[in-house]
Amino acid sequence: MPQPLNYLKETTSQTAGPYVHIGLIPAMAGFDIFEKNFSNVLVTPGSKGERIILEGKVLDGSGTPLRDVLLEIWQANAAGRYNHPADRSAGRLDEDFRGWGRAGSDFESGVVTFETIKPGAITDKAGRRCAPHVNVWIVARGINIGLNTRLYFSDEEAANAADPVLNLIEQPVRRATLIAKRGERAGKIVYSFTINLQGPQETVFFDV
Amino acid sequence: MNAQAPALQDPRLNRPEPFTARDGGFFQRDRSIHPPAHAPGYKSSVLRSPRQALLSLENSVSEITGPVFGHNDLGPLDNDLIRNYAKDGDPVGERIIVHGRVLDETGRGVPNTLVEFWQANAGGRYRHKKDTYLAPIDPNFGGCGRALSDDAGYYYFRTVKPGPYPWRNYVNSWRPAHIHFSVFGSGFAQRLITQMYFEGDPLIPICPILTTIPDKDALDRLVAPLDLNASTPFDSLAYRFDIVLRGARSTYFENRAEGN
Repeated sequence: MPQPLNYLKETTSQTAGPYVHIGLIPAMAGFDIFEKNFSNVLVTPGSKGERIILEGKVLDGSGTPLRDVLLEIWQANAAGRYNHPADRSAGRLDEDFRGWGRAGSDFESGVVTFETIKPGAITDKAGRRCAPHVNVWIVARGINIGLNTRLYFSDEEAANAADPVLNLIEQPVRRATLIAKRGERAGKIVYSFTINLQGPQETVFFDV
Repeated sequence: MNAQAPALQDPRLNRPEPFTARDGGFFQRDRSIHPPAHAPGYKSSVLRSPRQALLSLENSVSEITGPVFGHNDLGPLDNDLIRNYAKDGDPVGERIIVHGRVLDETGRGVPNTLVEFWQANAGGRYRHKKDTYLAPIDPNFGGCGRALSDDAGYYYFRTVKPGPYPWRNYVNSWRPAHIHFSVFGSGFAQRLITQMYFEGDPLIPICPILTTIPDKDALDRLVAPLDLNASTPFDSLAYRFDIVLRGARSTYFENRAEGN
């Protein structure tokens, strides 16, 4: 017998269930309990960068929007730097931007929105430039283990074409499932996205 | 030669930080201990499960980093579900303490990480505008809380034991009593939501959600034992629930890119 390795096993994932709001966004469940709450607004008055709105839906295999889904996003700041000690890249930290937020979909329409800034391009450990992107984590009733995907930006065509992760996707047609489309509404920049859980347009999900 | 030389051990196990940066990415996730996305016995999963293969991604800075939380994000009663929504008295139910450690797969505590929890009340009713179960709302119970793990990864909170409740899967499906947990870790790829169950609950082996877990030991690790030693005499029983997040690889001899 060789020596035992004694690693622990990761705790098994379980669905967030239909009432995930109680714990993570109590105001959506219909009550007020914490002094301080997390929200879908990542931007603060001092945050540097272009203000944008990310707006989209998550569709099930029948094309119906999930109305009880919860999304979290994690992103770099406008200089391409994550607000975390393991990011040792050269971009400047922005004390006024944590880079994380969470949102529940609207109970009627299924629309999810975030108010944030457009992240800068990041540099990976090998020194490669990665196109600006937002990391997305999706949980809901019926989702047994959180789904990881990314959102890229439609106005970053050249950066997207060179992005090492987008280029890992074998079928170019599937790369489009990760691109949020830039538009404008009432003077605000809105990037629209659709996440398809199934079907011919199924979004690319990652095993991170 | 020291007669008591320690057994050879993987150098990543139980050694104090810092040694080398643990930014080599997280250990590959063992999907065989998680329920599959498509688990027909849990009917809601059928239309909500991706059917294409997940694309495996070597961890980059986007995955090994994640949000950092601090005590400024929390309020003083956030880990006391007996008091944090009390209006005119204590909530109804068995008073319990839930405590444990957030660890990673190497056995190290995960410090200063945000742990959030939510649950039904003692009658199995959630304080949620979409829950219509006939059991009553408890006016003194909100049903959610959160804590930051300490330097050793330890967390605890106080609450009442949740009740089981019926749900629409089969016509007579009941959830075992459970508490939902959300945990962050240090990198976004460690993000985890799970549920804690209670030792001895007869609904555990017949729950359509729990029977989707392909590994019996993995299911058992979601069941918190009664921890009499941690209980408070004449006040509260205690249950112990340790949570394990993915471990991280160290970068032993890797050349760092310029600027790192």
